[in-house]
Amino acid sequence: MRSPLSPEMATQEVPLNETLAHLKTESETLKLKLEEERAKLHDVELHQVAEKVEGLGQFVMKTRRTLKGHGNKVLCMDWCKDKRRIVSSSQDGKVIVWDAFTTNKEHAVTMPCTWVMACAYAPSGCAVACGGLDNKCSVYPLSLDKNENLAAKKKSVAMHTNYLSACSFTNSDMQILTSSGDGTCALWDVESGQLLQSFHGHAADVLCLDLAPSETGNTFVSGGCDKKANVWDMRSGQCIQSFETHESDINSVRYYPSGDAFASGSDDATCRLYDLRADREVAIYSKESIIFGVSSVDFSLSGRLLFGGYNDYTINVWDVLKGTRVSILFGHENRVSTLRVSPDGTAFCTGSWDHTLRIWA
Amino acid sequence: MIYYFSFLTRSTSGRSHTILSKRTIEDILTRIQDETEGVPIRTVKSFMTKIPSVVTGADIVQWLMKNLSIEDPAEAMHIGSLIAAQGYFFPISDHVLSLRDDGTFYRFQAPYFWPSNCWEPENTDYAIYLCKRTMQNKTRLELTDYEAENLARLQRAFARKWEFIYMQAEAQVKIDRKKDKIERKILDSQERAFWDVHRPVPGCVNTTEMDIRKCRRMKNLHRVKKSVYGLTEEGKQSQSPIHTFFQHCPKGTKEDVEKEISFLKTQLDRHCMKMSKVAESLITYAEQFMDYDPFLTSPEPSNPWTSDDPTFWDLEASKEPSQQRVKKWGFSLEEALKDSAGRELFLKFLESEFSSENLRFWLAVQDLKKMPQEEVAQRAEEIWAEFLAEGAPSSINLDSHSYERTSQNLKDPGRYSFEDAQDHIYNLMKSDSYARFLRSNVYQDLLNARKKAVWKIAG
Repeated sequence: MRSPLSPEMATQEVPLNETLAHLKTESETLKLKLEEERAKLHDVELHQVAEKVEGLGQFVMKTRRTLKGHGNKVLCMDWCKDKRRIVSSSQDGKVIVWDAFTTNKEHAVTMPCTWVMACAYAPSGCAVACGGLDNKCSVYPLSLDKNENLAAKKKSVAMHTNYLSACSFTNSDMQILTSSGDGTCALWDVESGQLLQSFHGHAADVLCLDLAPSETGNTFVSGGCDKKANVWDMRSGQCIQSFETHESDINSVRYYPSGDAFASGSDDATCRLYDLRADREVAIYSKESIIFGVSSVDFSLSGRLLFGGYNDYTINVWDVLKGTRVSILFGHENRVSTLRVSPDGTAFCTGSWDHTLRIWA
Repeated sequence: MIYYFSFLTRSTSGRSHTILSKRTIEDILTRIQDETEGVPIRTVKSFMTKIPSVVTGADIVQWLMKNLSIEDPAEAMHIGSLIAAQGYFFPISDHVLSLRDDGTFYRFQAPYFWPSNCWEPENTDYAIYLCKRTMQNKTRLELTDYEAENLARLQRAFARKWEFIYMQAEAQVKIDRKKDKIERKILDSQERAFWDVHRPVPGCVNTTEMDIRKCRRMKNLHRVKKSVYGLTEEGKQSQSPIHTFFQHCPKGTKEDVEKEISFLKTQLDRHCMKMSKVAESLITYAEQFMDYDPFLTSPEPSNPWTSDDPTFWDLEASKEPSQQRVKKWGFSLEEALKDSAGRELFLKFLESEFSSENLRFWLAVQDLKKMPQEEVAQRAEEIWAEFLAEGAPSSINLDSHSYERTSQNLKDPGRYSFEDAQDHIYNLMKSDSYARFLRSNVYQDLLNARKKAVWKIAG
C-alpha cells in the first residue's frame, strides 16, 4: 500500500474513477501535510518577539458622545471619510446619518424591513447603502435638501436569497461588496445593479467582510458561521486562503492596517490574528473571564491596539503584539453589536442593543 | 497508518487548550456549585424561619475573581450580573437580576429552567403563573406593581379563556401544596426567577432577545413550543417563523472534495514566511505608525473628540501638509500615493523629469476600476490609446510579456484588463522613481521646511 504522505501525492493526477471516500481520505491527508508544513515555520510566538517592545501606558478612554435616536437595537454603523459623520442602522428599520461631532441627526430613512443589519457610507460621502431581512442592499443618495424624501431616490443594487449581513463600498461609489446569510459574497455594479462577481465557498451564513486596505490589492476577507475566514480574489472570484481555527461563528473580520494580516471576533469569546504571509493564526486574544461572544473588532491606526465589542456589553482593548488586554470599557447597557475606528483613528464608535451609539476617545 | 477524520482543524498557535475549551456559562455554573471547589451554599436561620440553599453575593464575587482570574471586583460583579440576568442564579428577595458584592442572598436556578432548554414561554403560561400567585396567601408571593399591571392586561387579552386559565392555576396550586415546605420555598423562588428572565421588570434588559442571524441554527429547530405547566394546545404546532430551516449547499459531493483537494495542493505550493519574520514585520509596522496613532500619540493641537476643538481636522484639510504627514510619504510608495497631497507632489516631481506617464497610467487604471460597469470598456480603450498603443502620446515601457497579455485582454476590455501592466509599472516606480523622489529637492524642502521654522523659533 502506498504511503499517503509520499511526495508523489502532491503532483499525481486524480484518476477519474476514484471513489468519494478515497477522495476524502486524500483531502484529509493533504490537510495534515499542510499543517505539518506550516508548523515547521512556526519557530516563535508573536508575543515572545514582542517582549522587546515597550509596554503601553495606562489609557484614559471615555465616552465622548452618546447618540440617542434609534428606537430599537443598533445593529451596524459606518464612518464617513470626513471623519465625523456616521451612518447607523437598527432593528426597527431606521437608518440615520449623524454628525457625530455635534450629535445632530442629518438624515433619516425608514427601510421597508426590520433588522437592518448592514449599512455603509459611500467614499464620496454622498450616499449610504443598507440592507438586512429584505435580502437586498439598497443605495440612498444623500440630499442636501433636508425636506427631500430620501426613500424616493432609493436604488436597489444587490439581491441575495437570504438576509444581508454586511455591505461595503469598494474605493468608489460605483461598486458594493455584500455578504449574506445565503452563504455567498458578491460584488455589484451600483449603477446597473449588475452582479460583477460572486464568491462561493462558505458552508454556512457569511456574517462579515472587510476589504484589503491596499491601494493596489483586489482582495477581501469574509467570516462565517462555518467558523472559517476566507480571503478572496475579487477579479477571479476564487478563494485564495482559508483559516479555520475558531470554535464558533466568526462575527467580524478586519484587516491589520498594513494589509498583511487580519483579526477576527467570534462567538467563542476570542479574537484572533491571522497573518497572510505565514498563512496561519498567529495570536489569540482571550481571557478566562471573557465568556461572551465578540460581535465586532477593529484596529487603531497603527495596528497596535485591537478594539473588541462584546455581547457582555463591554469593549476590551488588546495589545495586538503582546497579546494582553490593556483596558476594559463599560458604558453600554446591552450588547455591543458594532464597532468601527474613525478614518483618522482619533476615535472609535460603538453601536449597541441599548439603542445608542457611543464615540470613545 | 492512522487516518484522521474531518473534524481535525488547523492547529492553533500552540497555546494551552484549557483556555480554548468550550467555556460556557453552564460549565461555570457546575463548578461554582461544586461541593468542594464551589461557593458555600447553606441554609440560613432567620427570625422564625430557615432560608434554604443560599449563598451571599460577596461569596459569588470572590469565587468568580479566584476562578476566572479576575483582578477587579467591578469586573466580577459585571460578569456575575450578566450570568444572573440570563437566569442562572438570582437574589431571593428581588426581581432585579443583578449581583451585589455584599451579604445579599442568592440561590441557583434549577437546570430545568436554564436558557439552554430553549424556553419561549407563552403568555398563557405567564397568566397561569400570575394567577396562581394571587391564590396563595403569602407575603413573599404578593404581586409587585408591574406584575399586577401585567395580570390586568392578560385578563383583558384572554377574557374568553380566563376560566380555563383560572382552572389551570388552581390545579398548579394543588400540585404545589403537595410538596415539602422547604422544597416549595426553593421551587417558588426558582419559578419566579424564570419569569423574571422571560418577563423582566420594566427597564431591565431582556436577555432572552436573540440575534436573528443565529436563530435558525439553534438547537430545537422543528420543535413545538412547550408549556411550563404542561399545557398542550390542541392541534396547534406553533413553529416560530424565524425557525424555518434553511438548507445550505451540502458539502461533500465529489466535486466539492475535488475542489478542496485542488485548493489544498495550491496551498502546499505556497511559499510562506517564518513566524519570526512575520512578527518582526508586524512590530515594525506598528512602531513606525505609532506617532500617527491618536490613541498612542496625542494629535496636535488636540484630539477633537476630547477637546471639542476641530482644529486638528482643519489643519489636516488645509493645503499645507504638516511635516509629520510629509514624513509618512517616505515610509513607502503606498503611503505617498494614499495621500492626495503626496500623490500631487510625486506627480509634480515626475513631470519635472518628463517621466510622469507611469504614474498617470497607474492613476488612470485606478480610476478605471472605480467606474460604473457601462463605462468600463470605453475607458479601457482610451487608456490603451493614450499609454500603450503604437505611437501613444504618453507611451509607457512594458516588458513584452505584460504587453502581450494586456493586448489580449483588450480584445474583451474589462475592469482588470491592465492588472499585469499596472503591477509592472508600480514596481518600476517603487524601485526607481520613488527612491529618487525621496532624495529630490521638492520633497526634502517640504520635509525640512517645518524643521527650519521650528529651529528659527527656538533659536
